[in-house]
Amino acid sequence: MSVDNVTTAATTPEHPQPYRDLGLRDDEYQRIRDILSRRPTSSELAMYSVMWSEHCSYKSSKVHLRQFGDKKPHTDAMLVGIGENAGVVDIGQGWAVTFKVESHNHPSYVEPYQGAATGVGGIVRDIMSMGARPVAVMDPLRFGPLDAADTRRVLPGVIAGVGGYGNCLGLPNIGGEVVFDPSYAGNPLVNALCVGTMKHEDIHLAKASGIGNRVILYGATTGGDGIGGVSVLASETFDADGPAKRPSVQVGDPFMEKLLIECTLEVLHAGLVEGIQDLGGAGISCATSELASNGTGGMHVWLDRVPLRDPSLSPEEILMSESQERMCAIVPPENVEQFMAICRKWDVIATDIGVVTDTGRLIIEWKGETIVDVPPRTVAHDGPVYQRPYHRPAWQDALQADAPTADRLPRPTTAAELRALVLRMAGAPNLASKAWVTDQYDRYVMGNTVLAQPEDSGMVRVDEETGLGVAVATDCNGRVAKLDPYTGARFALAEAYRNVAVTGAKPLAVTNCLNFGSPEDPEVMWQFAEAVRGLADGCLELGTPVTGGNVSFYNQTGTVAILPTPVVGVLGVIDDVDRRTPMAWGEDGDLIYLLGDTRDEFAGSEWAHEVHGHLGGMPPAVDLAKERVLGEILIAGSRDGMFNAAHDVSDGGVMQALVEMALRSNVGARIWVPDDVDPFVFMYAESTARAIVVVPRDEETRFAGMCAMRGFTASRIGVVDSRLDIDAIEASTEEASNGAVPAQLLQLDNVHGETLRWTLDELRAAHTATLPAVLNA
Amino acid sequence: MARVIVDVSLKPEILDPQGRAVQGALGRLGLAGVTSVRQGKQFVIDIDGVVDEAKLHELAGNLLSNPVIENYTLRIEQA
Repeated sequence: MSVDNVTTAATTPEHPQPYRDLGLRDDEYQRIRDILSRRPTSSELAMYSVMWSEHCSYKSSKVHLRQFGDKKPHTDAMLVGIGENAGVVDIGQGWAVTFKVESHNHPSYVEPYQGAATGVGGIVRDIMSMGARPVAVMDPLRFGPLDAADTRRVLPGVIAGVGGYGNCLGLPNIGGEVVFDPSYAGNPLVNALCVGTMKHEDIHLAKASGIGNRVILYGATTGGDGIGGVSVLASETFDADGPAKRPSVQVGDPFMEKLLIECTLEVLHAGLVEGIQDLGGAGISCATSELASNGTGGMHVWLDRVPLRDPSLSPEEILMSESQERMCAIVPPENVEQFMAICRKWDVIATDIGVVTDTGRLIIEWKGETIVDVPPRTVAHDGPVYQRPYHRPAWQDALQADAPTADRLPRPTTAAELRALVLRMAGAPNLASKAWVTDQYDRYVMGNTVLAQPEDSGMVRVDEETGLGVAVATDCNGRVAKLDPYTGARFALAEAYRNVAVTGAKPLAVTNCLNFGSPEDPEVMWQFAEAVRGLADGCLELGTPVTGGNVSFYNQTGTVAILPTPVVGVLGVIDDVDRRTPMAWGEDGDLIYLLGDTRDEFAGSEWAHEVHGHLGGMPPAVDLAKERVLGEILIAGSRDGMFNAAHDVSDGGVMQALVEMALRSNVGARIWVPDDVDPFVFMYAESTARAIVVVPRDEETRFAGMCAMRGFTASRIGVVDSRLDIDAIEASTEEASNGAVPAQLLQLDNVHGETLRWTLDELRAAHTATLPAVLNA
Repeated sequence: MARVIVDVSLKPEILDPQGRAVQGALGRLGLAGVTSVRQGKQFVIDIDGVVDEAKLHELAGNLLSNPVIENYTLRIEQA
């Protein structure tokens, strides 16, 4: 049977086409006919449908995302902005860094292992197509309740997939998040972030310039993986139809990807290529149309040259295939031989499939017939743009009025209740140790990781001689975003910014992965619009531009959307990683200070969620000017050696932060509750712009002066003390040989007139037991 | 006594990196002309008494294989 070619299409205008099944609307289909002045061929229809899908065209989000450009703060650090595969940031000493986070939510629900694995693979290719060497990955993950049956199916598969792919590639996984909430039960969020480094001169862009340059497809062969996956996955939600309707799953091959990384960096450094692009969603359709429209404007492709894994594939399927581990390069003819030689050296298949032209048309041939003849811009960039209607949900006021005040949500009032609460919170799924997850990842491969989970940020050394390094953190509290999406996005930004600053790194740039429900639901669209506005305003205030990101819509089960989840990633730079501030405190006698002010703020808090399953009220106030000052103090203190340790105060408040610091160091401490604050509020409120710092005694004066000069509250709340176990210490002095070892204690004084004590062993048992108890069962 | 044999293999359209690695090794070790290798796994299950074939199919399709990316075949050999 012959293929549908351009000549046939021109003479058979009435030929019915299944555009609706491909996710195109009537008016979108008509627009394609108007652009082409004829009906599209089936191959053209395949290309338009996949490139005009929500996933590829950002048709619902574009009008809002413009704010990231419009409100961009002035900075000299930006070398490449939004719109490329990933933004590039100058970190000094001739080095540049690129980083980006993307979602792979839907594929990971269908097939957790492969979905998560190919998510990592995709973002790694994005980074290397900028000319950077990938140096670290991170994964912000969100699942349904820990004890839900489907979580036990999805979570282990996702973790194994992230770990398996990243470990095989030899990339350290330096952080991320694991969050549990019922709203993610039928729709887990699997976001993947990658960081890459390069010298300034190695930056590469995705464009096809230079008439006569060859178009070379290299990497894995093309199979039927995820055909239509992008289009179908991003425009339909899951229902209970079972496996039959599920799209073909993509399978990743990390060993192929490793070859692709080395091969790509070698051809780039040899200066052989004009432009380069990875093949992700929409495969060849996307790569050819984007390269062509970013470059000289024309391209001629012989599609039957594409090496196939499955010879029965039709041209439409080849255009849409999402087979992994493929790249496309634009190579001047005189370099082709050398390019091919490098590919052979790395055992990578490379095929010359086309040529750059000046026709302004993307022409694709299949066995002598022209099956595609389109202006590439109309496919890649001039897709439909929607002003989706949006409005504030009617329930928003009631939600915000449902405040978690003391009279409405019972609080622990006695010392005994508070003692028990600390153990419960230490083991609450969202606060408990994530070692079960992160131990499956290789965090130290390559030898440049200086901080990894459970530290506040992941930090890697970039220059082995000078010690220049970067720190990255991702954060989002979806509950806060539901209470108020504008504040929620700023809340996430503030937390990620703080997590970077707390390690001593200076925040430079922002990436984001905006996970929301259906954009066709005006209430979800409002959440999205508000979150984007909040993030754009916040980035302007903090002086950290958005360098890129990703939008994932249709995250919902039935008509119930997930919590709005704008995940924010912040990247910072540190001149010398030896100066980093860790979270573990060290020496006896060091002073423990709380920076910032604690208010009675429990809306969206972990306590309200864990103990009462409550979500309501106005979220904690976000004051970015204050966050900025806090950041300055944290960075200056780190640089000047004023801190032996520091830790961000966020989920689970001051108490959880202290527990984490004590467990990380395995040294006890004595803390006293300030007189002017209720012990419970002091322990578990989640006010923003706070951090705990540990100051050596001889730095106290200088530190206090620095805070006073900036008008920032610094309260001394405790002291590091390894000798609180009086009984054991006395026993060992009385009878030196009895071998009693003092237990390490966390002691909290001034709690309703009493002193609370926990051994670190009991805190550790509570903190580490939760995930294994469920996931190893 | 019945012996039930379940063969599980990746669906034909799914990439099989392990099979590809074996294919490469076969060529390097001197076997010419190998155009494709697909690998899988086999379960050999011995059962006493009555064999519940419907139950076996259910478990083969959900536990022994991953229905999203794998096919299985099941045969019963009477011993």
